[in-house]
Order: sequence, then structure tokens, then C-alpha cells
Amino acid sequence: MIGTLIFAILALIAIASAVGMLTSTNAVRAALFLVVNFMCVALFYLGLNAPFLAMVQVTVYAGAIMVLFLFVIMLLGAERVPLESKLRWQAPVTIVLAVLLVATAAFVLFSPRIGVDLSVPPLLSQTAGAMESYGSPQAVGEVLFTRYMLPFQMVGVLLLVAMIGAVVLTRDELEKKRGRLDKQETQK
Amino acid sequence: MNETAFLVPTSYYVILSAVLFALGMVGVLVRRNAILVFMSVELMLNSANLAFVAFARAFQDLGGQVFVFFVMTVAAAEVAVGLALIVAIFRTKRSIDIDELREMEG
Repeated sequence: MIGTLIFAILALIAIASAVGMLTSTNAVRAALFLVVNFMCVALFYLGLNAPFLAMVQVTVYAGAIMVLFLFVIMLLGAERVPLESKLRWQAPVTIVLAVLLVATAAFVLFSPRIGVDLSVPPLLSQTAGAMESYGSPQAVGEVLFTRYMLPFQMVGVLLLVAMIGAVVLTRDELEKKRGRLDKQETQK
Repeated sequence: MNETAFLVPTSYYVILSAVLFALGMVGVLVRRNAILVFMSVELMLNSANLAFVAFARAFQDLGGQVFVFFVMTVAAAEVAVGLALIVAIFRTKRSIDIDELREMEG
């Protein structure tokens, strides 16, 4: 019972912060609303027996990624984000579509044919001994470094490629400017 | 107080995930600022992650949690490249309003 109450409060905060992000006219405020949302999701992970993911969510998402967002917003000086759009008909159509999406998702997920038990899962202490440590960082690490070793290495390569890509994309301009300056120097 | 009092049915998490996903979709379709569209995409990724973790618990399978870990790393890579692109576009166009970016039109 108390779990449901905590869930309801957190869900309300999560949805309110998402709506706050969507309706905010200040990009910095929108980013901070998103941080609140990410923290709520991290707390949900804790409730779902995923403490490792909860900590990764806080450090990677609410930490690194949102700092990057805030950094770019402040670098570009693009804090003002007006709500009005040239396509006035788009907002009401979108809201209708979003309600339809939620209704369809609920219909599909709760139809008996999908065969997923969506009730409260059995208590961990009552299930087989092997699953007693389900979701502990140790268990996640064991699976990650044995069964998912190849994807893990590939993700490392992907991060390297992304890093090089970001450096190349932002460096190009600088090189051109430096080239132009060199030409000016030689012309003088 | 026993442990069962803190357990919440998987269906609650799934419905919350669907609602957050729909909100992210509204953001992508309604907002015209590239950074806000990007943030809405992050919101949608997060809601999908929440559904993954909820189902991982329902099936007692750690594969779902590992997949969320991979989604997070890919999202980090995507954000790094995407924000670099936004900075590059802003340098040439002086604007990140996606309605004004029409060069790529076929």
C-alpha cells in the first residue's frame, strides 16, 4: 500500500516535470525540469530492484548528459524559446494523437493475448535461490562481462567514434578561421 | 512492515512509461527549437528504459537491465554528436529553429 502511495507521488512529479519541460519558454528551465524527471526515473529504478541502473541514471543522464545540454544552451545563448509556431493546427492534432497512442499502448499491453503477467511479481525471497541477488550490481556486472561481452566492447568503440565525431564537427570551423588568418598574415 | 507493502504492480510502471513517451512525442511534434526537440527525444528514451526495467523485473531476467545500460551509452553518444551538429548549424544559420532549416528539402 505504501509502495503504491510513493509510486503515485513520484509519478505525479515525473509527469508534472515533463509537462513543465514541454511548456517552458526558457531552455535552461526546461533542462532543469528534465533533470527532475530523470531523478524520478532513477527512484523508480531503485523500486524496481535496479540500484546499478539508478546510479548510472543519476551520473550519466542527470549528470553528464544534462550538463552537456546546459553547456550548449548557454554557449549558444539560446535561452529564449518561444512557444508559438507557424503551424497552429499542429498542437491540437498532436495532443489527440498522444491520447490515442497511450490508449493503444494500454489496450495492447493489457489484452490477455499478449501473455505477460503485469501484476505484482513474486517476492524475491520466495523465488529460486539463484535469483535472490537479482538486480544487484554484482549480478548485473556478471551478466555484462560474460554473456554481453561483445556488445559491451562494441559500445566502447561506439563511444570513441562519437567522441571523434563531435570533435571533428566542432573543430572544422576553427581550422578554416585559422587558415584565413594565415592568409591575411601572408597578404600583409 | 513486510516487504510486500513496497511492491508496485508492473502495469503501473508500464502505463507511466506510455504516458511519458506520449509527452515526449508531443514535445517532438510541437516544439520548434532543436534543443527542446532533442530533450523530448531523451524523455522518450527514458520512458522506454523504464518499461524495459519494469519488464525485466516481471520476467526476473537481467537482460532487460543490461539492455537499458546499452541504451544509456548509445544515448550519451547520440547527445554528444547531436549537440555538436546543433552547434555547427547555429554557427552557419544563427538559428536552431527547425522550421527554418530547409536546405535538406528534396
